[in-house]
Amino acid sequence: MTDRTGAEPPRAPLLTGPAARSVAWQALMLAAIVWLLWAAIDNAARNMRARGIPTDFDFWNRTAGFDINKTLVPFSAANSTYGDAFVVGLLNTLMVAVCGIVFATVLGFIIGIARLSKNWIVASLAGGYVEIIRNTPLLLQLLFWYNAVLTPLPGPRQSIALPGGAWVNNRGLFLPDPQFGPGSGYVLLTLVVGVVATLVLRSVSRRKRLQTGRGLPVLWPSLTLVVGAPLAVFLMLGAPLTWSYPELRGFNFAGGLRVFPEFVALLLGLSLYTAAFIAEIVRAGITAVSRGQTEAASALGLRPGLTMRLIVVPQALRVIIPPLTNQYLNLTKNSSLAVFIGYPDLVQVFAGTVLNQTGAAVQVISITMAVYLVISLVTSALMNLYNRRIALQER
Amino acid sequence: MTDAISTGAFVRRAFSEPLPPPPSERGALGWVRANLFGGPLSAALTILSVALLVWMTPGLVRWLLIDAVWSAPDGDACRQAGTGACWAYVRAKLLFFTYGSYPRDMLWRVDLTLLIGAALAVWLLWPDAKRKGLGLVLFLVVYPYVGVMLLHGMGDVTRGLLASVARLTGSQSLADMAANALPVVGTHLWGGIFVSLLVATVGIVVSLPLGVALALGRQSKAPVVRFFCIVLIEVVRGVPLITVLFMANTMLPLFVPANWTPDRLLRPLIGVALFASVYMAEVVRGGLAAVPRGQYEGAMALGLSHWRMMRLIVLPQALTVVIPGIVNSFIALFKDTTLVAIVGIFDFLRAVDTQRLDPTWTGPTISTTGYVFAAAFYFVFCFGMSRYSLMMERRLSYGRKH
Repeated sequence: MTDRTGAEPPRAPLLTGPAARSVAWQALMLAAIVWLLWAAIDNAARNMRARGIPTDFDFWNRTAGFDINKTLVPFSAANSTYGDAFVVGLLNTLMVAVCGIVFATVLGFIIGIARLSKNWIVASLAGGYVEIIRNTPLLLQLLFWYNAVLTPLPGPRQSIALPGGAWVNNRGLFLPDPQFGPGSGYVLLTLVVGVVATLVLRSVSRRKRLQTGRGLPVLWPSLTLVVGAPLAVFLMLGAPLTWSYPELRGFNFAGGLRVFPEFVALLLGLSLYTAAFIAEIVRAGITAVSRGQTEAASALGLRPGLTMRLIVVPQALRVIIPPLTNQYLNLTKNSSLAVFIGYPDLVQVFAGTVLNQTGAAVQVISITMAVYLVISLVTSALMNLYNRRIALQER
Repeated sequence: MTDAISTGAFVRRAFSEPLPPPPSERGALGWVRANLFGGPLSAALTILSVALLVWMTPGLVRWLLIDAVWSAPDGDACRQAGTGACWAYVRAKLLFFTYGSYPRDMLWRVDLTLLIGAALAVWLLWPDAKRKGLGLVLFLVVYPYVGVMLLHGMGDVTRGLLASVARLTGSQSLADMAANALPVVGTHLWGGIFVSLLVATVGIVVSLPLGVALALGRQSKAPVVRFFCIVLIEVVRGVPLITVLFMANTMLPLFVPANWTPDRLLRPLIGVALFASVYMAEVVRGGLAAVPRGQYEGAMALGLSHWRMMRLIVLPQALTVVIPGIVNSFIALFKDTTLVAIVGIFDFLRAVDTQRLDPTWTGPTISTTGYVFAAAFYFVFCFGMSRYSLMMERRLSYGRKH
């Protein structure tokens, strides 16, 4: 009698089994992709040769021959190269992105909290803002701010005065410009030292509190370190800070800090738009903290302010931060809409002017995409690290 | 222990009626106290908000309605000082805003296409509609073909087919139709709202199947497929739509043989469709992750093959869960269609943005009027879609509770 149970299960045939089939399909697909890529590159090479389009990166070091009206680094048509134009565009993109992120975050948190307010009218106003902003295209808002609000402003002679010595007209926003005198470096140094010392003090206090249940006083020493010490140094050095106020001279303003209307419109549009999305994220994050947490905190005798700071916010942040980072990336990517209102960002300068002048489409577009891609991937990587650190530790 | 009751002491047998809350906590007054003047901060905020509204509303209403110019032959009336919105301008330009430069005697072709699209959309979006599978096939397969034929014109293949049918049957009217019906209207004449809707519809029609395919590919066991999908999704998601449009516009013609150069409207359509697909893939991936493992195992235990398991068990559940997400990505797509203006397509917003410089009409209020009109249009569409998504979310979560 043969024991059937010990028999080996029927083996799948080597060439027609699922594994072999999968390998065959993948090989076929790989071949198709490689063939498509090769055909595309071959076509591109032939087409570019036929149309006299450059296929190398020589253009990078050639003189640009165009001017950019707003630069963070020196740039001139005669001496600067296309490579310099790239740097100028990238810096302008980063500047508007960083400013936009700061404004959008502050505004977004305020509106998000206002939406949760028990005050009906405040909550409704915040809700109306969010719905109107989120349901209209960003490009429309940018065009509105630039073409319908900033461009029709009166000329320099009829400038509108803003509080604090600032002016606004159709040539831009004119702000008082801080002039740092000699010794300002020491003030900055004291500030940096103060911030570092505060961070150290906080972590020492935290460790002590976890061990003994009683921490060190933090608030007053940190205020002294961060605000008091730099202020003392500043006053000791004889207040080396003067303001250069913009003044109307002839047909335009002289002195002060000129912010171009394109930048104002872009910053305004991006911040207001992203703030609406951040507000929804903040609202969702705070709502996600269960009521029991707040009630337990009250039962422990924590005041509402402390409950918010110690119980709700830390838990809400865990929910808020990942989508918030996503919004920051969106804002950075959306800053490419600058091209529609003529703000010289990476896309407008590099993928616009440089592309048109050199005709090096493939190289220029690839570099532009690579820049945004690197920004996105680096941010995502940092975010993953952070998420791993703050992830809920279940025991 | 009933003795205690019989001692004659008064013991209450029934609950007394609860007293009504004090008048200050009831009705309108109570509501105002609770919701508007809950504390000093709340009261201050209420007063500030009301002041803001009182300050802004009359001006807004005057500008939008009372001082607005409703009908005028040209921009003169709107250029008077103190006038509000120039709705006469919107009325005069409405045909251009809707159809661009599409030949005026053939507008019925656009109207019919939009009508069919709207009917199909209602069929698919109506929660209780029957035979949605058929609707989906019509929308994804038949409608694109009919739409292209109506909007662009009858292609040579269809014309030839019709001509041969006419020869076979000997019908003269059919032969006439084959020769003359639906002449080609070049895409350089297309513009306005209908192009915006077209770009959005193409994005939706392509991104649904392609997004599902990419999402499935991303979690495939085959490394080649998975790697390809991940790279495509992450690269396209990492860059702005504008650069994708630039790429489609300037690089795509280089990558195909010289005599294949795609139409100028087709290029941004490819870019938008690709962009929408990768975002759709991420939404669908969320849905796939929400299908419990047991569903896969149950399907395998029933002996379903991989594709039947996906088609019959996994995808229906995954897609139902993410209907709100899909609608939200449609809203984003609809707003993003405005960006095709960068490659010279006359979508609705570009039509509005160029016409404000028309010398017959140009004036101080024209820009704002145009933008307010455009904003109202986009708001109605996007807000409607977001309400729909909320409704579906509520319906779906209702189903889940049982």
